Amino acid sequence: MESLTDMIRKVFVKNSLGLHARPAAMITRMAGKAEKTIWIVDGEKRADASSVIDILTLNAGKGTSLSIETESENDIDVLNDLAKFFESGFGEDGDG
Amino acid sequence: MVESEKTETVLKGIGGSPGICIGKAYIVDREGVDLIKRYPISLERVPAEINRFKNAVKVAKDGHSAVIESLGTDLSDQLGILETHLALFKDKMLYGKTIETIKTDMINAEWALKKVSHEIKSMFMKFNDEYLKSRVMDIMQVSEQVMRHLVGAQDIKIADINKRVILVAHDLSPADTSQIQLEHIKGFVTDRGGKDSHTGIIAKSLAIPAVMGLDNATQLVENDDILIVDGSSGILIINPEEDTLFSYEERRAAYEAQQASLARDSHLPAVTLDGVRFTLMANMEMVEEVVSVRDNDAKGVGLFRTEFLYLYLKRFPSEDELFEKYKEVVELLTPMPVTFRTLDINGDKVLPYMKTIEEENPALGLRAVRFCLQRPEIFITQIKAVFRAAAFGKAKLLIPMISCVEEIIQVREVIEKAVQELKGENKIFNRDIPLGIMIEVPSAVIIAEDLADYVDFFSIGTNDLIQYSMAIDRRNRQVAHLYHPMCPALIRMVKMVVDAAGKKNIDVAMCGEMAGDPFNLPVLMGLGLTELSMNPMSIPRINQMVRRLNAHDTEEFTKNVLNIGRAVDIVAMVRENYGDILDK
Repeated sequence: MESLTDMIRKVFVKNSLGLHARPAAMITRMAGKAEKTIWIVDGEKRADASSVIDILTLNAGKGTSLSIETESENDIDVLNDLAKFFESGFGEDGDG
Repeated sequence: MVESEKTETVLKGIGGSPGICIGKAYIVDREGVDLIKRYPISLERVPAEINRFKNAVKVAKDGHSAVIESLGTDLSDQLGILETHLALFKDKMLYGKTIETIKTDMINAEWALKKVSHEIKSMFMKFNDEYLKSRVMDIMQVSEQVMRHLVGAQDIKIADINKRVILVAHDLSPADTSQIQLEHIKGFVTDRGGKDSHTGIIAKSLAIPAVMGLDNATQLVENDDILIVDGSSGILIINPEEDTLFSYEERRAAYEAQQASLARDSHLPAVTLDGVRFTLMANMEMVEEVVSVRDNDAKGVGLFRTEFLYLYLKRFPSEDELFEKYKEVVELLTPMPVTFRTLDINGDKVLPYMKTIEEENPALGLRAVRFCLQRPEIFITQIKAVFRAAAFGKAKLLIPMISCVEEIIQVREVIEKAVQELKGENKIFNRDIPLGIMIEVPSAVIIAEDLADYVDFFSIGTNDLIQYSMAIDRRNRQVAHLYHPMCPALIRMVKMVVDAAGKKNIDVAMCGEMAGDPFNLPVLMGLGLTELSMNPMSIPRINQMVRRLNAHDTEEFTKNVLNIGRAVDIVAMVRENYGDILDK
């Protein structure tokens, strides 16, 4: 049994445009593979990672600190993939 | 309703594109969500109602996927938006919540969808965030597509229209406009939108009359109603009486005859009666407008507004993306010059994805070159793209909002950096293109001679120059009456700029709205301007005016104008001396 802290990942929004529609759509695709709901949490605000609309309501701009949480240990892989995606700055800000 | 009972209705909107057309209405979508019926459903009926909803989503989503697949790669810009839409169809907050609402409220699917999408809308509008506010549009468009299938209104495929019609729509999305076979469209009528909306720009560049911003035209117009679209005055007439029809038929013929006569002569050189040659250029924003630039015999592009791609992509475009677009325009217009004005944002065009600090006075804030100098990486990217495009045709670089010498010196440093980068990257480019600045801030007028030492040309931007010199917010109706191009302060400032350019032997042009109005031409000519850039459709008329005037006469006339202290007196003088030529 994984401990509770293993089911949470702390992440930052790194790209200049923030957590906008394109990465939100990618996140929902990744979260769709999870068994249970994955939550993206900003303080008291919680967003369902499988909903673009819910993610957008976090209104998370560059530099926002968030945590990603899951309710099932079977979703740890998805959790790690999502953390990596945040880590990469959503693959933006590369060129130009 | 019986045919004979239909009464004439006149609606006033915004003239989106000038011209008059008469034809039959073809309604693309009529469900502004207000028409949606609300009715309760029984418990036993709930599963069937949910299925009906699921089915509508599936059909709408499949239709949307088909649109995406049918788009060629040349429309890849639009794909981003369309694919985000695709993700929204089954979004829990929209899809899941609607199903939940059908269950808990025991209500029809249309109403549940309307309720849920409006909740999302109001939630998003609470954030004072431009980006999120514009995402609401995406969500509403998706929800409307589903609604279209729910209410059973046949989903009209715009691509299948095969008779000449007047298109009536609530709003036209980029997906819609990309499907229209424009040769079948006589005119456009939309509930939403304005002069500068996507549809407006396309209509203008194709010379299709359009009236927009009518609010509820889609609810008042029936399919096959006879419509008169007067895009010049922004009027829509539904089911006109015979007399009205007759008089508009005459006006349409007169308008078309006038356009034809202008078009016939528009290839004639713009030379005054006493032999002064004018260069009439076009202002443009989108690649599609190249057609209009050519059709109206522009001698090049005096102002290419570069904001569109930034606003459209909703992110900062890459150097290659900019280069491809710029190269296309330059190549299409070669050997004519294209004047690229670098990014002019934050004044009246805010990039929604840029979270900027709230500015009390955005017009006086961090905009245009001020913004670019603070974010040199964005500026360099754009300059590099222009220099690379310049290797494929004729380009000029124009910097907006310069207010002091320090700024132009800094700009030149950034240009040097851009050149170094291009060299380092072994890219093909041409940096030997004219560098100019917009003269649109009063301080730049006063120090024009000093600024001239650093640039090859001036371009006078009258819209902002009037706003800044008169201290008028253009969009504030309370003070709009003070905004007048024939105000003596402006005329004298233009003279100062022309004189400074003459003394320093550099070129000077004008690219504001003032340049496209024939009424202003005698004074502008009298001040010594010979290069004017305007909306492409204004060119034939200005060309005609140039050919009817005598430059020497206007010079004498303008000497007198410069002594007049009131705008109304100047207007009266122009009327008195040039009224005949103007009205001809």
